[in-house]
Amino acid sequence: MAAASSLHVAAPVATPRVGSSAGNRSASAARGVRVAAAGSGAARAGGRLVARAAVAAKENSPASAASKSDGHEVLLFEALREALIEEMKVDPTVCVFGEDVGHYGGSYKVTKGLAEMFGDLRVLDTPIAENSFTGMGVGAAMKGLRPVIEGMNMGFLLLAYNQISNNCGMLHYTSGGQFKIPVVIRGPGGVGRQLGAEHSQRLESYFQSIPGLQMVACSTPYNAKGLMKAAIRSENPVVLFEHVLLYNLKEKIPDEEYVLCLEEAEMVRPGEHVTILTYSRMRYHVMQAAKTLVNKGYDPEVIDIRSLKPFDLHTIGNSIKKTHRVLIVEECMRTGGIGASLRSAIIDNFWDYLDAPIMCLSSQDVPTPYAATLEDATVVQPAQIVAAVEQICR
Amino acid sequence: MAAAALLRRIPAARAPPTALMAARTISDSTAPLTIETSVPFTSHIVDPPSRDVTTTPAELLTFFRDMSLMRRMEIAADSLYKAKLIRGFCHLYDGQEAVAVGMEAAITRSDSIITAYRDHCIYLARGGDLVSAFAELMGRQAGCSRGKGGSMHFYKKDANFYGGHGIVGAQVPLGCGLAFAQKYRKEETATFALYGDGAANQGQLFEALNISALWKLPSILVCENNHYGMGTAEWRAAKSPAYYKRGDYVPGLKVDGMDVLAVKQACKFAKEHAVANGPIVLEMDTYRYHGHSMSDPGSTYRTRDEISGVRQVRIL
Repeated sequence: MAAASSLHVAAPVATPRVGSSAGNRSASAARGVRVAAAGSGAARAGGRLVARAAVAAKENSPASAASKSDGHEVLLFEALREALIEEMKVDPTVCVFGEDVGHYGGSYKVTKGLAEMFGDLRVLDTPIAENSFTGMGVGAAMKGLRPVIEGMNMGFLLLAYNQISNNCGMLHYTSGGQFKIPVVIRGPGGVGRQLGAEHSQRLESYFQSIPGLQMVACSTPYNAKGLMKAAIRSENPVVLFEHVLLYNLKEKIPDEEYVLCLEEAEMVRPGEHVTILTYSRMRYHVMQAAKTLVNKGYDPEVIDIRSLKPFDLHTIGNSIKKTHRVLIVEECMRTGGIGASLRSAIIDNFWDYLDAPIMCLSSQDVPTPYAATLEDATVVQPAQIVAAVEQICR
Repeated sequence: MAAAALLRRIPAARAPPTALMAARTISDSTAPLTIETSVPFTSHIVDPPSRDVTTTPAELLTFFRDMSLMRRMEIAADSLYKAKLIRGFCHLYDGQEAVAVGMEAAITRSDSIITAYRDHCIYLARGGDLVSAFAELMGRQAGCSRGKGGSMHFYKKDANFYGGHGIVGAQVPLGCGLAFAQKYRKEETATFALYGDGAANQGQLFEALNISALWKLPSILVCENNHYGMGTAEWRAAKSPAYYKRGDYVPGLKVDGMDVLAVKQACKFAKEHAVANGPIVLEMDTYRYHGHSMSDPGSTYRTRDEISGVRQVRIL
């Protein structure tokens, strides 16, 4: 699928790939597991790279980002694929379940070539039976494997809701801790290009209440690879939300291995006037609106929350303490959405820091229409984001 | 064997009278015996195993001890429930003990078992002890799931017992996943996924069976047919109540589930078949004396004569 022009990461707006982790490097190295992106360009320039758990920081200025000699360019689906290949090479218990993931190469090419590399027993073409193959993935995880379960479209996983909720989410608890369910459930969701109501679903709202489940949403090739690796390595069941329209985003990612922290949000654009919290595809609508806002004299701080469950209240809180104004921009439906939960969490924790009511822009509570103009109207557009910021900052 | 271990865990309230003990002769003989099952096996697209089952007096005695203990445990659970010490849902297995005991006799602890919510006795058969079973039922930390699961969520990971599931039929895909892991690791073991005649109508069973057959997984689907899905008799819920045939392209065997030797023979046969050829369906013809659960009197959809009739006529 070709990426629409509105989705290109705007060059003039600096997009530092900077994580907000304050964790010190030596502690991370001692853990030997995962290291979030470094806090500043200076650390990178200092040349300190931890072996096998490398840090990838990018400087703020776009010029130096373009001239970086390391790294290789990938499309987002290739980044996911790289992550899968790296993890499958290192850990023989990682396997992939899904429809057309094997011989066909994956409907979005995330698993292209994997069946040839790893064989039919590790990359399994399932029949169209989401309920049972999701259950089988959970059962295999109970016995020590680490399945990566793909829903060809996230919406199809509604058929497996019982398995995801009652078994995947709860077995660790109901067994008194005896079983771990280290599965990754992933797939594309979100509103695409006139795919119709049933293929434009956003399941993050439905899954967020499931106890025991962790949820992350990737939005760039860099975070897609890092989050996929982290999700596979996690002992918890993780749902990784990808977006149908983001698979062809191109970005240069490090050659060295890196893993991101599942629970961390990503600072996309530091600012002073308003905190804009977003995730997945809406990040790009927000950044496009940010261009307009900057021209109008505003200085928005944009955070890609990435971790949908649990929220990274540390990063979010620090931002609110600075800006005192919050706008949430999400693609899921208004009712019972991620924004609704995020709003509650912010009110519970940061009420005293707010100078204005929290605004939340979400998709309309309607089935996604087929006609393009109607479809666009159900999803938050950059113009609405600009208007919202102007209102909040009045 | 298992029963002796269970008994040791119970602090003796009083010592058994020694005079009576001396009068009993308990046979530990391991001399082989061959006994014919009560009825022959009925099969679907496979040759059934022989009706002649080899056993020993010692084994028969362990069967008796284990099944009696299970019966006692379930009756005790009934009293505890009525005394409001066990709350929520409590599904009792009395009448079906032969399935748990016969299956265990045919397999090893490396094989996996997964079942639904009528799981107390399978837990015991897999080596669970009475104290942790009752502690779990009563919501205590000493329970097998630390009091967090309850009656429907007994598990014993070290014995490859995967529970203990509340949603009807959902455990069968899990079981096929266990079988997948066994094949993935080339373990030469099998998974017994138990379900009831009610669950037999769940679509996910057929999905899982299809995948198991395609991938030749060592899955054994065991239908514990007690003829009632809660209050609905099997003929009202299933157009074809020949559950052993419903695998279609998957072989099946119908077994007298109240004959422990027949169960043992069938499970041994099934394990060999599954490890070599892929899935097989077993239908255990059995009966539950209690209602579906403690909330169900069990008498509104069947007559007391039927229940007492089964008690008298069938071996258990």
